[in-house]
Amino acid sequence: MATFLSHETCPTIKNILLLDSEGKRVAVKYYSDEWPTNSAKLAFEKSIFSKTQKTNARTEAEITMVENNIIVYKFIQDLHFFVTGGDEENELILATVLQGFFDAVTLLLRNNVDQREALENLDMILLCLDEIVDGGIILETDSSIIAGKVATHSIDDGAPLSEQTISQALATAREHLTRSLLK
Amino acid sequence: MAQPLVKKDDDRDEEADYSPFLGIEKGAVLQDARVFNDPQLDARRCSQVITKLLYLLNQGDSFTKVEATEVFFAVTKLFQSKDNGLRRMVYLIIKDLSPSADEVIIVTSSLMKDMNSRTDMYRANAIRVLCRITDGTLLTQIERYLKQAIVDKNPVVASAALVSGIHLLQTTPEIVKRWSNEVQEAVQSRAALVQFHALALLHQIRQNDRLAVSKLVTSLTKGTVRSPLAQCLLIRYTSQVIRETGVNSQTGDRPFYDYLESCLRHKAEMVIFEAAKAITELSNVTTRELTPAITVLQLLLSSSKPVLRFAAVRTLNKVAMTHPMAVTNCNIDMESLISDQNRSIATLAITTLLKTGNESSVDRLMKQITNFMSDIADEFKIVVVEAIRSLCLKFPLKYRSLMNFLSNILREEGGFEYKKAIVDSIVILIRDIPDAKESGLLHLCEFIEDCEFTYLSTQILHFLGNEGPKTSDPSKYIRYIYNRVILENATVRASAVSTLAKFGALVDSLKPRIFILLRRCLFDNDDEVSVVRDRATLYLNSLGDGSVAETDKDVKEFLFGSLDIPLTNMETTLRNYAQNPTEEPFDIDSVPREVKSLPLVEKKAPGKKPTPLGPPPPAPTSASDAYERILSTIPEFANFGKLFKSSVPVELTEAETEYAVNVVKHIFDHHVVFQYNCTNTIPEQLLENVTVIVDASEAEEFSEVGVKPLKSLPYDTPAQTFVAFERPEGVPSVGKFSNTLRFTVKEVDTSTGEAEDDGVEDEYQLEDFEVVAADYILKVGVSNFRNAWESMDPDTERVDEYGLGPRESLVEAVNAVISLLGLQPCEGTETVPNNSRSHTCLLSGVYIGNVKVLVRLSFGMDSSKEVAMKLAVRSDDVNVSEALHEIVASG
Repeated sequence: MATFLSHETCPTIKNILLLDSEGKRVAVKYYSDEWPTNSAKLAFEKSIFSKTQKTNARTEAEITMVENNIIVYKFIQDLHFFVTGGDEENELILATVLQGFFDAVTLLLRNNVDQREALENLDMILLCLDEIVDGGIILETDSSIIAGKVATHSIDDGAPLSEQTISQALATAREHLTRSLLK
Repeated sequence: MAQPLVKKDDDRDEEADYSPFLGIEKGAVLQDARVFNDPQLDARRCSQVITKLLYLLNQGDSFTKVEATEVFFAVTKLFQSKDNGLRRMVYLIIKDLSPSADEVIIVTSSLMKDMNSRTDMYRANAIRVLCRITDGTLLTQIERYLKQAIVDKNPVVASAALVSGIHLLQTTPEIVKRWSNEVQEAVQSRAALVQFHALALLHQIRQNDRLAVSKLVTSLTKGTVRSPLAQCLLIRYTSQVIRETGVNSQTGDRPFYDYLESCLRHKAEMVIFEAAKAITELSNVTTRELTPAITVLQLLLSSSKPVLRFAAVRTLNKVAMTHPMAVTNCNIDMESLISDQNRSIATLAITTLLKTGNESSVDRLMKQITNFMSDIADEFKIVVVEAIRSLCLKFPLKYRSLMNFLSNILREEGGFEYKKAIVDSIVILIRDIPDAKESGLLHLCEFIEDCEFTYLSTQILHFLGNEGPKTSDPSKYIRYIYNRVILENATVRASAVSTLAKFGALVDSLKPRIFILLRRCLFDNDDEVSVVRDRATLYLNSLGDGSVAETDKDVKEFLFGSLDIPLTNMETTLRNYAQNPTEEPFDIDSVPREVKSLPLVEKKAPGKKPTPLGPPPPAPTSASDAYERILSTIPEFANFGKLFKSSVPVELTEAETEYAVNVVKHIFDHHVVFQYNCTNTIPEQLLENVTVIVDASEAEEFSEVGVKPLKSLPYDTPAQTFVAFERPEGVPSVGKFSNTLRFTVKEVDTSTGEAEDDGVEDEYQLEDFEVVAADYILKVGVSNFRNAWESMDPDTERVDEYGLGPRESLVEAVNAVISLLGLQPCEGTETVPNNSRSHTCLLSGVYIGNVKVLVRLSFGMDSSKEVAMKLAVRSDDVNVSEALHEIVASG
């Protein structure tokens, strides 16, 4: 039974990427060894970036296929969010993970989502990735829970979310959700 | 971190280029990491340094072994700090540094302390980190805590333990399997994601126990499943159970179908789609079962979200391959998707429409596609071209508009793969639709007038040589061909010469003119390897004296005869021949004829399961090559002659037993060798003197002639033992063999890896297997079945009819006969269109003794599902034709 079909198993994420407007890495996390070397990873990033660059993925998440992988993606300002899964994966599960990541980052950066903010708060982005997927398996998709977990870790007064308590974060999350529903 | 050099740029566009990591440099950051050793830790500063280290790793910078070790040791000091945020960064970097086993020991106690902390976040993260870096020996020490954590009331802690369990199951399954009680309890958790993780782990623990999976599904489909993700998992497991149980033969109902159908009304789109997809993928799904799923997918087609539209159209596209009628209801929605912003969606919509369209809609569709083609990428265009090709084969009367479309796009810009797809399509249409031949050939001729791809030019020239002479006016192609001789590179010129020769051989009236052209080719002067001149000389000499006379039959055979040997085999043999200089001429009969397509199917030992994310398996090396190499090293078998065929491995043990054994049957002219591939899955045992005792009392024609025992079989290292039998030549002897594995077993101390001196003799019962008629038949395809059939002596034909009794579908009957005969299906005739009542299947192969065999199977099904079959066989030897009938009659 070692070779059961992939879709009989748990949904799996192959990678999550956050690139800038030139396709350069802000933060990336690979869970699959399909891209064993850094150059293989960079080549993959380049190919999906150039393939998606001209599309409009700002209001709704978009989707495409590259090399038998499904990629869902969403852009905001100069940031490009990507989530990759195998071609048998349920597209909507991938989209849910993407949305969780996207919204959690929006919460954590308090709606100032751009490359500069993301780099300045890179610790939070990395923690955020760590809370969404563990070794390819989805840990959590609810953005307010993800952001809440990351925020409890923020260091001290200097950290951006310190003035925002968890309940505030949740309120922002709800507000955000309402907004996205009304769109 | 101001750097004078960068400053200049800062003035230009400070905003855009600003990054806190600008000018970051590994050496400096490693220096900074010294703050981890300060007696008074500055938590914030330490966190910043860790972030920088993580940034470097994330950008693809790598640390040397020494650097990584230094950073790791410094980081372990940070466990002294009580700062939450810093601890969290420490966890992250430990995971990213992936420490070695001896380094792990340093942090184990700190992490174990955190695992028992009162802070939930510490517990959850310490579990994930420890399970990620531990190598299994540690696991027994912390197992107790993990079991507690699985049922922890904090969902984050429980999820952390469960997800870690899923990962650990790949490396140390025996330990994780002991947790099933706790996992079972967690499945009942009220926390949505805990239930999801528990369900995933429980299923993986039990996946080899069909009954347990079935029970799990039965209880959960009646109970409450809280998260959409868990619901999706349950749908997947349910499909698996459905696949394994099959349809209830009395009522025709499928168990659990109702559950899948109810999921179509779930509130989460993720679940609705998972259920719809599961229903479309049911084997032999009926229209009644499909309808509700199609309805749901149709609704998704008009969603405002691209992801939903994509998911729906992709699924419908797959359904259209097997059930085109079921999808026609969605055609209007599909047509509006042709203009979708997302070109992937548009392409999927078009190809679906091409599959479901009817004859009257073809022209309208083609018009829409023409506009669409100009603004999509090559990869999408190829998909469309392939869809158009199948459409044309379906509606041959529409060939004119489809052929026009293909020739138009052939003239436009495009890369090699795209052009190749178009040319291939035109070639197939010419071959299958006689009316399309002349116009198609002219399109191809025009294309090679201005074709930048040598490969395509030569392919077309070759094809033109075979088809052109048979047209009503062959002379009109000569101009295009001779232009190639004047204008192209050497490769193309050489194939143009061959094409000219073919015209000369077949069209007697053209012969004198062809001769003039071929003579001119003798003066081809800028050819480095003289292949053009050589070919011209060869043809001039073989085609006669250039007068209008019929060409000799042998010459035609030489020009048009196909090489019935797989080219890759030919290439390998030739390469070997060239490497070992010898006086002997090359013997074409020494080339193996078997089509190498079957990769070695190896059951992995339990616990070695590749993770779902594992890399794709290495490209299959040719199985028969590998076998031949193994067998040739065994002197006892050296005089058996050339290996005729090796079967695919047949499993002789159940999965997950102590010893895994499968057998490969090697057929020689007078002999059969059984190769037993054995794997010992018990770490505490070493097997020695392993043999298989074969009882051939139910295989009378076979007599055992030799055994090659296996000296030693250590844990998890597959090895082989062989048994050889003699059998009468030329007769496809069949029989059943019972097998017992006999060996001496020695205890092994797993800590030292040393075996005890004394062993005990033991036996292990294996399953029986049979040598069947199909083992004597090689799958060898022919490219043009009709030509091959007609070129065989009709006197060798044997025809008979057989009743196959009532069958569920024709597919079942066709597959049964194909596998019984072990022949290669040709021209895609093994696929039976859904619900069809009659079908013709073409098979070809080589029977032992190198006898070519062709088979034409015609199936018919009456209203009571009674299947009848007409079997017509032609072969080089009448006896073989009869032998094939015997196989069917006795099978």
